[in-house]
Amino acid sequence: MENLELIIDALPYLLEGTLVTIQLTFWSLLIGIVVGLPIAFAQVYGNKMLQGIVAVYERLARSIPLLVMLLLINYGLPRLGLRIPIFIAAVIGIGLRSAAYQSQIYRGAIQSVGGSQMKAARSLGMGKLKAFFYIIAPQAIRIAIPPVANESAIVLKDTSLAFTIGVVELLRQGEYFIATSNEPMVIYLTIAAIYFILTTIVNGGLSLFEKKYQIPGIGIEGGHSDAY
Amino acid sequence: MPTKHLLKIENLHHSFGEEEVLKGISFSLDKGETKVIVGPSGTGKSTILNNIIRLVPPKKGKIYLENTEITSAKKINEIRQQIGFVFQDFGLFNHLTAKGNIMIGLTKVKKMNKKEAEDLALLELDRVGLKEYADSYPSQLSGGQKQRVGIARALAMQPKLILFDEPTSSLDPELTGEVLKVMRNLAEEGMTMLVVTHEMGFARSVADELIFMEAGKIVEQGNPEKLFTDPDHQRTREFLFQLTDLYGEGEN
Repeated sequence: MENLELIIDALPYLLEGTLVTIQLTFWSLLIGIVVGLPIAFAQVYGNKMLQGIVAVYERLARSIPLLVMLLLINYGLPRLGLRIPIFIAAVIGIGLRSAAYQSQIYRGAIQSVGGSQMKAARSLGMGKLKAFFYIIAPQAIRIAIPPVANESAIVLKDTSLAFTIGVVELLRQGEYFIATSNEPMVIYLTIAAIYFILTTIVNGGLSLFEKKYQIPGIGIEGGHSDAY
Repeated sequence: MPTKHLLKIENLHHSFGEEEVLKGISFSLDKGETKVIVGPSGTGKSTILNNIIRLVPPKKGKIYLENTEITSAKKINEIRQQIGFVFQDFGLFNHLTAKGNIMIGLTKVKKMNKKEAEDLALLELDRVGLKEYADSYPSQLSGGQKQRVGIARALAMQPKLILFDEPTSSLDPELTGEVLKVMRNLAEEGMTMLVVTHEMGFARSVADELIFMEAGKIVEQGNPEKLFTDPDHQRTREFLFQLTDLYGEGEN
């Protein structure tokens, strides 16, 4: 009973943090899409030089631990005279890393549609762009949904690392409350439950979307985004 | 140079890297004619077809569609609309139904309205015997059915001629018959067709002219009956007999 009261007391603070977590997730994923898509295009349709450049970026972004990246942006960049608000620093760090992973998802999805459909579209007299929009994209999007759901859940959870550079998100709100109540177990469990609910919503939403637009023969039938 | 032929190919050359796959191919196709190209694998047969619609741009030579020289023409998308192409691996759009596969070229390329496109799609599906499969997706069709949708898709664009690139080569033997039958009907209806195939029965009974190619060159061309029974070149005889042995006399 005592615990329940504690949770009820903590909840307004935790929900305030949750809102920041959601915002971090939203903007990071958006950066991931905005940067990741051109990278995927460069890898599939670009020339050798472009492919080389994005390959280096992708390699770097996937090799540096997110925590190190966040610390570099937040404490390293000011030394170069570039001071960025912590929320934005977090979004940039998480977003740029997600871009590297998302680019791989989009690249794989585009490539898995296959060159023969592109050829067929061109043979009907479609330009490259038209063929991409009407033939490749509708299939690639469907193929990409399960791994994007997976990536979204990962980004959502990794926003907790923004804690380390001082963003007052869900975890840090919890820390504040623990400092006054001295009940780490209950609060951390509550935080864990909130993350659980959020990832479930993200996955559930995308999987509904997936089912609604499902077409026989496209995507991995049956198996999908159980990514927690 | 203008030409009275529907399609005229002059001294076509192509190479992939160092390897020359076409070493000066010339032939022509008149309206309503069916010509069949045969020859060993890697001879450049498919390359000719790909060169014609510039899915693979030719290295040298000229190709005319009626009076237009299409090897260097700028509006390639307009030229492609006039030349149908049927692929070995079907090239169906997997996210669209059989009907949708046919409609998309009509609505997005020819700017036909949806209702008209749908009517025409159903008509063409009926022509290849697949009207009841209009709402099936490619994954729900057999190989033979897929290829018939591929043919219907090409037909719906109302092309001046259709190129067939080994249309039955990726089909199980028992499914080739239904595709060949559709092609035979088209030939009889007067469609202009250029077909690359190993189906000797089809070549012998449907083609107006048989073109035997080897190593990037035309060895012999002419009336199929003559090539089968009394060819000028020993090599033609060997090859045609070998293929007839391998694939049988026909589609029946």
